[in-house]
Amino acid sequence: MNQPGLETLDYALPGTRPAGAFTPVLVGVVGSGNLEVLLEPAAGGDCRVHVETSARGFGAIWSAVVSDFHARHQLAGVQVSIHDMGATPAVVSLRLDQAAQELKP
Amino acid sequence: MTTSYAECSARERLALLVDTGSFHEWLPPAQRLTSPHLAQLGLPAAFDDGVAIGRATLGGHTVFVAAQEGEFMGGGVGEVHGAKLVGLLKRALRGRPRAVLLLAESGGVRLHEANAGLIAVSEVMRALLDVRAAGIPVVVLIGGANGCFGGMGLVARCADHVVMSDIGRLAMSGPEVIEASHGVEEFDSRDRALVWRTTGGKHRWLTGDCDTLVEDDVAAFRTAAIAALSAAKPITMAALEEEHGMLAARLAFNGAEAVALWAAQGIADAARVPDLDVAAVTALGAR
Repeated sequence: MNQPGLETLDYALPGTRPAGAFTPVLVGVVGSGNLEVLLEPAAGGDCRVHVETSARGFGAIWSAVVSDFHARHQLAGVQVSIHDMGATPAVVSLRLDQAAQELKP
Repeated sequence: MTTSYAECSARERLALLVDTGSFHEWLPPAQRLTSPHLAQLGLPAAFDDGVAIGRATLGGHTVFVAAQEGEFMGGGVGEVHGAKLVGLLKRALRGRPRAVLLLAESGGVRLHEANAGLIAVSEVMRALLDVRAAGIPVVVLIGGANGCFGGMGLVARCADHVVMSDIGRLAMSGPEVIEASHGVEEFDSRDRALVWRTTGGKHRWLTGDCDTLVEDDVAAFRTAAIAALSAAKPITMAALEEEHGMLAARLAFNGAEAVALWAAQGIADAARVPDLDVAAVTALGAR
């Protein structure tokens, strides 16, 4: 209990919709119950997700939220980087959708 | 329809304040210039360490601009955050923009980074004064929910021009700090009316610490910022002596709190000031 330090989680999901080249997108803020999401172009056909969170022990929920996000958007060639300060799953999903929305021209 | 300045994030303020699409960020989030200290404390970093810096145009004039994000660590100035502010100001000495704008929202030094943050704030103040000495005005805009406190409060009062909304706050010690050090009888930090009477935009405008008082509206801040481009106050001996005179006069005031101070300045019905809107306060004209 109360282990110090951040929890780091990584996911790589093969996508079907290549994002191509784009200017990095940042949405959200690292505040209490909030998170920031950075989208960058990445080599390969995966949607890679890197999470750093202050709330430890929620790996199973992160996995489900990231899978749902990927099922909605099927992004390929994208690096998603997240700094989280205890956002609820609903807030995480909204921020991820907001970031994906900004990718669209 | 107006857009609340207080409710915007730092990046939203930037986008709406300067000429549309003109902001060019230096050290953007993807460069990951993050705090080297927070992870050791189990705290997530922010990709921009809580401040966005860059150049833009404002009313067609080139300006350098920084915006602090109050939601991240209360806008606290950490080592990297402070270095970005210092770098922006030093670059202004070479780039010679029309002005430097600081969209301040900060509780002051980020205590997690302790001495590094304290040193950073002193470096920001020194760099700011160098920019002013080079004839480039520095304009501070204050209207975020976290106010502008601690070291950033000092930085704001080093600038040429301060723009505040009525819900903006500016002070050195924050309400909780005063209560913790002097007791609740001295200052009740939960008394919101007292907090705003003591630190809020109307009070700062009436006492001369704020140069332009605006509504909580991004467009109003933009208009005030454009006007402030021509509001350089060269640092001269006469200007310093005038400011010292103002501060000395303040020490002579012997009342208990802000309403008495306004009354002493000759404002009729001073107790009504908290209920007045911005236009009515500026119409009082007493400075």
